[in-house]
Amino acid sequence: MEVRLNNKTKAALSAIAVALFLIFVFLGDKFIPAGSTWKMLITVIEKGSIYALVAASMNLLNGFTGLFSLGQAGFMLIGAYSYAIFTIPAGSHEKVYQYFDGGIIKWSLVEILEGKIGILGHYIGMFIPMLGAGLFVAVIAYLIGIPVLRLKSDYLAIATLGFAEIIRAFFQWNTLGPVTNGSNVLRKYTTYGNAVFPVLIGGISIALILLLINSTYGRAFKAIRDDEIAAEAMGINLFKHKEISFVISSFFAGISGALLAMFQTTINATPFNTVMTYEILLIVVIGGIGSITGSVIGAFLFTAASEWWLRGLDSGRWLGISSSLMRPGFRKVVFAVLIMLIVLFYAQGIMGSKEFSWDRFLTWWKRLPSNLKAWPERHRAKSEARKEARAVKAAAKAKAKEAKADNEARKASGKALFTPLPMSDHVIVFEKEGK
Amino acid sequence: MGFLHTWLPYILAGIAVGGQYALIAIGYTMVYGILRLINFAHGDVFMWSGLIMVYMITVLPLWLSIILVIIFAIVLGTTIEKVAYRPLRSAPRMSIMISAIGVSYLLQNFALYITGGLTKTYPSINWLQKTVTIGSATTKMVTLITPVLTIILVVLLVMLIKYTKIGMAMRAVSRDFETSSLMGIDINRVITVTFVIGCALAAIGSVLYFSNYTGINPMSGAMPGLKAFVAAVFGGIGSVPGAVVGAFVIGVCENLIKGAGWTTFSDAFTFVLLIIILMVKPTGIFGEKNIDKV
Amino acid sequence: MKKFLALTLTLLMVLTFCVGCGGGGGSGSGGDTIKIGVFEPASGDNGAGGKQETLGIQYANKMQPTVTIGDKEYNVELVIIDNESDNSKAVTAAQNLVSQNVSIVLGSYGSGVSIAAADVFAEANIPAIGVTCTNPQVTADCEQYFRICFLDPFQGTVLANYAYENGMRKAYCLSKLGDDYSVGLVNYFVEAFKALGGEVVEEQFPDKNSDFTSYVANAKKAGCDVFFSPVSTEAAALIIDQAEAQALGMPLLAGDTWDSNVITGAAKGKDVEIVVTTFYQEGGNPDFDEGIKAWFEEDSSAMTNNGGNTDLAAVTAMGYDAYFVALEAMKAAGSTDPADILAALPSLQVSGLVCGDVSFNKTGDANKTEAFVKKCNTETGEWEFLTKQSAQ
Repeated sequence: MEVRLNNKTKAALSAIAVALFLIFVFLGDKFIPAGSTWKMLITVIEKGSIYALVAASMNLLNGFTGLFSLGQAGFMLIGAYSYAIFTIPAGSHEKVYQYFDGGIIKWSLVEILEGKIGILGHYIGMFIPMLGAGLFVAVIAYLIGIPVLRLKSDYLAIATLGFAEIIRAFFQWNTLGPVTNGSNVLRKYTTYGNAVFPVLIGGISIALILLLINSTYGRAFKAIRDDEIAAEAMGINLFKHKEISFVISSFFAGISGALLAMFQTTINATPFNTVMTYEILLIVVIGGIGSITGSVIGAFLFTAASEWWLRGLDSGRWLGISSSLMRPGFRKVVFAVLIMLIVLFYAQGIMGSKEFSWDRFLTWWKRLPSNLKAWPERHRAKSEARKEARAVKAAAKAKAKEAKADNEARKASGKALFTPLPMSDHVIVFEKEGK
Repeated sequence: MGFLHTWLPYILAGIAVGGQYALIAIGYTMVYGILRLINFAHGDVFMWSGLIMVYMITVLPLWLSIILVIIFAIVLGTTIEKVAYRPLRSAPRMSIMISAIGVSYLLQNFALYITGGLTKTYPSINWLQKTVTIGSATTKMVTLITPVLTIILVVLLVMLIKYTKIGMAMRAVSRDFETSSLMGIDINRVITVTFVIGCALAAIGSVLYFSNYTGINPMSGAMPGLKAFVAAVFGGIGSVPGAVVGAFVIGVCENLIKGAGWTTFSDAFTFVLLIIILMVKPTGIFGEKNIDKV
Repeated sequence: MKKFLALTLTLLMVLTFCVGCGGGGGSGSGGDTIKIGVFEPASGDNGAGGKQETLGIQYANKMQPTVTIGDKEYNVELVIIDNESDNSKAVTAAQNLVSQNVSIVLGSYGSGVSIAAADVFAEANIPAIGVTCTNPQVTADCEQYFRICFLDPFQGTVLANYAYENGMRKAYCLSKLGDDYSVGLVNYFVEAFKALGGEVVEEQFPDKNSDFTSYVANAKKAGCDVFFSPVSTEAAALIIDQAEAQALGMPLLAGDTWDSNVITGAAKGKDVEIVVTTFYQEGGNPDFDEGIKAWFEEDSSAMTNNGGNTDLAAVTAMGYDAYFVALEAMKAAGSTDPADILAALPSLQVSGLVCGDVSFNKTGDANKTEAFVKKCNTETGEWEFLTKQSAQ
């Protein structure tokens, strides 16, 4: 039953799937009327692919290199601003920088290039600032990385979180207003015309991340994640590899920031706060730490659920159920509870550390009917096994209790020689091993 | 004299807010000392204590409300530990931290739902909010009470850690988790007691803090929480007196910076301080050196 | 357990998906219902104000649940969505409204979210009527956005005039970092106040700040005559509290956001002086005042959304007006098609509203020349009318 395809077929299948998806998004954005519910699907795909990219970049750091960094929102912020600042049309500067006399930078790269080489220049003009945004973020990340990456896990988390907050304050600083517009929104910059753009850029970037993970660098990252000291002993330069991972992750966070700026059509620094980082982290967790496929799935589910499917929970009617419980904010409570359930009971997330593969998918698909048929039987066997395990545990507990009572009695009669170990997991473990 | 005249209001405000940060920071530092976990939900327990007070005071007398708020914070904190941290104790450190972030997210969103996203006004406790004038500064009574109360509580806590049996157990567990469990110390009990102390102090802190800054919204706990954590790192994480010193330093510096006209960066400063400390002396002022072994 | 959980989750998702689409498809066909989108914050910094504004719209909908367009009578359905006072959430919230086929959008309280959402409405060519978003950028380059309130340059000038006329020469201006409303209004105030010959000290406080001790101390230290801080009501309540604690000794001056029962509640019984400019003064239309208060009394959830009492906020009155402007626009267009309504808006003239007649100028802003100036009576906790002030 196991399906094994050769690499050529796999590549062809992937190409077809990607092409179909891109065509679907392109046509969907073009032809679904604005008043249709399905338009939300396109919006979710747009925002989802942007979040997929940043989640994948965070996963590269957290899941593959074992660096618990919480600075992603700060890097997105830099990316978003770097893109926006250089693409605001000359004519709009007066309006956008209304309190700063039109700002310092009074030109738009898109306009300049479009004037020189036409429509191609338009896209190059968009592409250069976007790439520039990524590179600029990478440089900043390199500098931040020098001191920060020497820190251990939780210290690193809190230091990166701190840097993100400092970046935010910096971008809102009135003195930098002529460049960043201070506290005010940046808008009117060039955005993409069709939803296919973020999907394409996000897709290419994620593919690059995947290539990196499967390279020697990727293997070194994983070695560092699994055991730093052992990795160092194997001759991996810890700091260098951490820095590479950090810089590359930030580069892609910057790109996704630029895409987010385009998606939102206006940006200011306020929403790029710790809550945003937490949301990205939760996407990574839902998808599975250590699985890029998982991050992508997680991003789409997260966006769809929070922006679309669960919206009804706020307005009082959802799935045809009306309840007075459903008032604004209920959606977020349900959402947070779901996330906690995943964190506690389903810690490996949707994909664990597995990636999507055609072999596995097709095998699963072929086996699905027979698996479905066998499901009730398997379920029963499993629940029985569970019952048995519970009984064993209860017996062990009872025994321990008995022993304790016995001991107490001895103690009371003055015969106690030792105090028993506290009732802890160890006792049960010994019982199990004895069996 | 001229200097003091100008800066007294800021220093007083700084000491007050520092005392309140200190009460939160103790929770962070103790939990970190024992579990090696940044309890991201601690700031939200603090916020929830404030919120519960708002609802409680409408039906109960003040003294009872304060007691119940402290009990509530303890129950909330220990429940979080039981439900969200205990099952993950043998899991990698990252998962337990993610769980902490998840709990924080849940507590904030639940508060958002309960309050409807509106800021609640903290009940006024007259003797705490009475206006007093000292030299050039006019301020609330709570500003003066906070540092005194904080220091009394900290001294009590240090004595508890030094001279009681449970205190000794705590010190043992924070030094070596596994060995102490083999020595017959009930780890779970020690951890529960840690959370009880941390949350009770956070609840007292919330009464003082919100009496001074009377608005509570779901995000009210986030910033004080982060700052208290920075204070804990500054003082050397795991050290109670260190956390208190750190909190006072941060409180005073923050207010002086605002007074000097750098208001934009008053929050960022806290993080700058954190990063500098982590670079120069990662173990903080009072922390001990810790070496990782294979 | 895990498999079960995963299965339930998946099922849940799929189910919602189906229902979400099914529901949308069913009501998308229209029938005799016309949808008005309400784009307001119900949470976040501006949650309190947004809810009060929504209340006005809901009350208007209760009073006038139908509209006759041409010869046909339509039921008006409000589609209320929470933009969370957050520019990044506002875009998808707006997108959501568009996808539900609304004919016109009302809102929002807070200018930032309106600016962020403007492009979405523009792309879908759906008209939007800003209720109390006063930043000029909302309508500046968006043909679809109109508004029924005055603008910040106007309001800033009015406030500066008021301050200067009342002998204040040095102003302490506090705005919130990253909040375009307060930063913008302070900017216009400073411009006008300096032009009059006044002196200003400007400061900003960061997001999530609740410690205003030092800002109040700074104002005292600088020896200012007035404390101008047109920030959200959340921060305002804390500032008022500190002002009393430190015996600020100068009046607090603010814009339309402060005209709220959150402020009167915070100021009641305290030794502070608060002056605001606003859109409406209670008593301007007694029928409306009584009617809406009666509604608050009988509907407990409305009362809760209003902050737990029946004090009337100006934004509620503005929300009420906005609803009727929308209905008039539909009548004038003679159609439920957003494009037709959009075409009818520029020449629309509506009278008989609570906060004064509405007509739009070229950019889509209401032609308003006067603002109400109110003072808080700290003994009764109510607003007292001071004067009507114009920009000249």
